Amino acid sequence: MSFAIDKQGDIVVVDVEGQLIVGNRQELKQKVLDELEKGGRKFLVDFTQTGYIDSSGLGVLVSLSKKIREQGGELRLANLNDDLKTLFELTKLDTLFQIADTRERALESF
Amino acid sequence: MSIEVPNDVRYIESVIGLIQYECRLLDFPSRYCALNLPVALSEALSNAILRGNDDDPEKAVNVSLSATTQSIVIEVRDEGPGFDLEASTHDPADPANLEREDGRGVFLMRALMDRVEQFDDDGNVVRLTIGRP
Repeated sequence: MSFAIDKQGDIVVVDVEGQLIVGNRQELKQKVLDELEKGGRKFLVDFTQTGYIDSSGLGVLVSLSKKIREQGGELRLANLNDDLKTLFELTKLDTLFQIADTRERALESF
Repeated sequence: MSIEVPNDVRYIESVIGLIQYECRLLDFPSRYCALNLPVALSEALSNAILRGNDDDPEKAVNVSLSATTQSIVIEVRDEGPGFDLEASTHDPADPANLEREDGRGVFLMRALMDRVEQFDDDGNVVRLTIGRP
């Protein structure tokens, strides 16, 4: 499991390659913070390849979203499967994040 | 099935993979195998490793699985003196907690499993139970 960083114009796209859980959340956090420090302000996390996220993974998304907003930016999400959507609804995090059904729609929304 | 897991969060995904295999073998609903059990077990294991065993690499966590056609029961046992499972829980429905980084673990376990029990039995044990709908 790892995280691939790509740039689409001024948008930093992060592909989560596997699950986002307690064992790898710090890696995601560091990669996004590095991009934020380099000047990135628009972030999209794509969960096409993700089956589940635990509370630590949700927590790191909340923390990153807050840090990015403090710098005048935004973090958006795309391609949550139905199980992941349920997880965000259960925890009310669907009200905190802008979530797009596809990467293209998410990119257009910035 | 009973396995001894090194006290390291990097092993969590592999343990979950074994449980998912059993879940699918018993033909439980796909959501149970893809979401409910993985997330609940990840929470129980990270609690056991980081809180129960205090992130001590010399310790281990035992995971046992009792599966029938009607239910799946998982017990996660650490070597610690026990900890209050509810201590760091916050209600995610409370808007004041929406932007908290922590406090969703026990909530998710309870939301995704039929029963979550904690007891002491030569170590601290968390038992997760889910039945076939």
